[in-house]
Amino acid sequence: MLPPLRFVLCGSVDDGKSTLIGRLLHECRAVFEDQARAAAEASRRYGTQGDATDLALLMDGLMAEREQGITIDVAYRRFETPRRQFFVADAPGHEQYTRNMATGASTADLAVVLVDAEKGVLPQTARHSRIAGMLGIRHVVLAVNKMDRVAWDPARFDAIAAAYEAVATETGITRTQAIPLSALDGGGVTRRAAPAAWFSGPTLLEHLETVEIAPPAGEAAFRMPVQYVNRPNPGFRGYCGRIAAGAVAPGDRVRIFPSGAETAVARIVVWKGERERAERGDSVTLVLKDDRDVSRGDVIAAADDPVEVADQFQAQLLWMGDEPLVVGRPYRLKLHTRETGAAVTRIKHRLDVVDGRTRPAPTLGLNDIGSVNLATDRPLPFARYEDNRTLGGFILLDRRTGTTVGAGMIRFPLMRAANVRWQDFEVTRENRARALGQHPRCLWLTGLSGSGKSTIANLIEQRLVAEGKHTFVLDGDNVRHGLNRDLGFTEADRAENIRRVAEVARLMVDAGLIVIVSFISPYRSERDYARGLFEPGDFREIFVDAPLETCEARDPKGLYARARRAEVKNFTGISSPYEPPEAPDLRLDTATESPERCVDRVLESLA
Amino acid sequence: MTAHGTRPDSGPILETLESEAIEILREGVAAAERPVMLYSIGKDSSVLLHLARKAFWPAPVPFPLLHIDTGWKFREMIEFRDRTAAEPGLELRVHTNQEGRKAGINPFDHGSEHYTDVMKTEALRQALDAGRYDVIFGGARRDEERSRAKERVFSLRNHNHQWDPKAQRPEIWNLYNTRPRPGESLRVSPLSNWTEGDVWRYVAAERIPVVPLYFARERPVVERDGGLILVDDERLPLGPGETPRMCRVRFRTLGCYPLSAAVESAAGTVEGVLAETLAADQSERRGRVIDHDGEGSMERKKREGYF
Repeated sequence: MLPPLRFVLCGSVDDGKSTLIGRLLHECRAVFEDQARAAAEASRRYGTQGDATDLALLMDGLMAEREQGITIDVAYRRFETPRRQFFVADAPGHEQYTRNMATGASTADLAVVLVDAEKGVLPQTARHSRIAGMLGIRHVVLAVNKMDRVAWDPARFDAIAAAYEAVATETGITRTQAIPLSALDGGGVTRRAAPAAWFSGPTLLEHLETVEIAPPAGEAAFRMPVQYVNRPNPGFRGYCGRIAAGAVAPGDRVRIFPSGAETAVARIVVWKGERERAERGDSVTLVLKDDRDVSRGDVIAAADDPVEVADQFQAQLLWMGDEPLVVGRPYRLKLHTRETGAAVTRIKHRLDVVDGRTRPAPTLGLNDIGSVNLATDRPLPFARYEDNRTLGGFILLDRRTGTTVGAGMIRFPLMRAANVRWQDFEVTRENRARALGQHPRCLWLTGLSGSGKSTIANLIEQRLVAEGKHTFVLDGDNVRHGLNRDLGFTEADRAENIRRVAEVARLMVDAGLIVIVSFISPYRSERDYARGLFEPGDFREIFVDAPLETCEARDPKGLYARARRAEVKNFTGISSPYEPPEAPDLRLDTATESPERCVDRVLESLA
Repeated sequence: MTAHGTRPDSGPILETLESEAIEILREGVAAAERPVMLYSIGKDSSVLLHLARKAFWPAPVPFPLLHIDTGWKFREMIEFRDRTAAEPGLELRVHTNQEGRKAGINPFDHGSEHYTDVMKTEALRQALDAGRYDVIFGGARRDEERSRAKERVFSLRNHNHQWDPKAQRPEIWNLYNTRPRPGESLRVSPLSNWTEGDVWRYVAAERIPVVPLYFARERPVVERDGGLILVDDERLPLGPGETPRMCRVRFRTLGCYPLSAAVESAAGTVEGVLAETLAADQSERRGRVIDHDGEGSMERKKREGYF
């Protein structure tokens, strides 16, 4: 029996997509009588087929979908025939649900692209094919539906199939099979349509049962991302994961990435036993010959065919967030089992998914696809997406809401990333700290303008210097006029401003200093980014808190008055939000505590 | 509709499903601070527990099992649960909504919908709050019900354990977003892509123990609203003219005995059950009374916090 086939079904609104999938499930007896009865009952309320059961209602599982008569979210179903098992994703066709269509396509080997025989190839058809091609699908079935409405006219079918060839070639689809059918009556789906005797090709189901999918050529060598380190007792240390490419056997030489350390596989452990071989798709536990430092997010790979490691990439990015992408803003990135901070450094262009043209774009909005440069905080072991979906596909998460805002495909590493190597200095940060006789740290003061940050930062520094410590204060005055004078006050520039300040603070902490950062830094995501640059315990988020009215009454620089007169734009607290820390290391209430008392508390917290 | 073909030959599907489920279990545990598995004692729970043992072998299952006991489970289920929990390395936590029990909430006097709200949904919320669990594994499958076909493998619930179908996070590739915000939690379903047939094939292939109620035997039943209800103990009120009769029956799905209908069957073995499952015309959930509490009832229950 052939391996299970995973396919996605895509089509525009009213092409009959849910009807087709309902037909397939119905004919393959994957619909039970009570489920059919529920669909029949729903048909009477929402259906579009008169007295006949509206098969689409078998699939449109959410109440909102049945009420609106459209598919909103991806539905996953399983069915089988005596010849093969199938996983099918029913993806919504409407433009505003591109992200859901991409989700359905992401795990599929084949796409069934529906067109209406009366309407022919539409801009939507190109859009669906381009998304499928971009997600790595090479096989397409062009299902020409509603052939009964054009009297099963062979000339009409041929014209549509020919028109689609141009789309397929352009979108990376290499294998196309066109099939005439009628999802409504089932002709061409699981049985030959009598009026289409002129068609010598297979039915849809026959094709799905017999089509063979070859894995990408780049998947030959062994790769396994480490998911979980299993250490039940001092005598056992196993690395759990699902094999992303190739095969492995005991004795095989492997290397761990990103470190590059080499060892060999000692055993492949499975429940109550061991295996002699495991391959792509298998979940296993590997025991290695030598004691090596291996953690979640590392990749174990064939020693003679290592994976690439880089920290700057060019990638295709599909934006899935309701808020647009902000260039320079820190997001969390998850690639296979590895998570790290990442930022888009540049949008090269946006892709028009209908005509395939590219255009310059300052940002990407919901459902936009663009080509971007990406920088990650840590080097990542990866593969190009076209070679391996598991090692080349990543998601971006918003740091504040935690939600998935982007899906990306690595095209290639940027050369300059490959050229940067971390210098292994003889003198370590520990040496420097010891020479200065102090624990280097970053004290990050956040709060509204006028909350007292500068006053407190200066007092902290005076007290520390009096104790013989080595310090530095970073604030708007000494950074905005030099290092960051090229930055304005747009959201992207403010994100870049904070990123640079955080990086400078980290270098200073590495140099051994106690750095006091005094910045409004209104966004949690950016403060979290800063925290992520430091060793645990070396970063203290100190919330300098005072009510807006108090800050406004103090107004040391007259800025609130100007903001109220709208002379200053994007002013935090007035015309731009401030996100207070949810769990600061320390909160100072400057409305009720004196500056001296606040500084006492800061120094006590460091002791 | 004609009968389903009998296809006991599963091909390579079980290996694929097993590896995928193990990957999901490991991903959930790697992300979790306080993981737990909802253990309903049914066949899906048995399969999920078996997969958890495999995923973390040779370590013991790295999370406790949580059973929401309504007080109306079949006696054989509770016996099976206690036998399972006695195995070394497993920790079972049992929770009952004590307020509901003291108020005497039962499926007869209060209606199945209210009873389910109080003794299952509310009880589950209480137990999850008390345990402060962040990753909650369960045996839900997408083939069970059409709103489940739309739910993510890692499904976000808000601080009240509610599901919002319109605010689901995109779930692309097998790249799961495992980060709930403080107060939120994830319901994780490693069996999402399994069917009822797969579950029985796997039970058969791996010789996984399940509650004997799944196998046909002579049992005392009464017929009620077209379903056969087991007279499991003296608490079942009998209506006028209802006389228990012995019938060879088994259950496709197990829950609270007054709400779980049996089917007449001759299948006394796993192989027999598998053959009947693959030939079935009715879904297993047909035997569940609560799924029929109105159009969209499962989606509504899930929005309120039901698994």
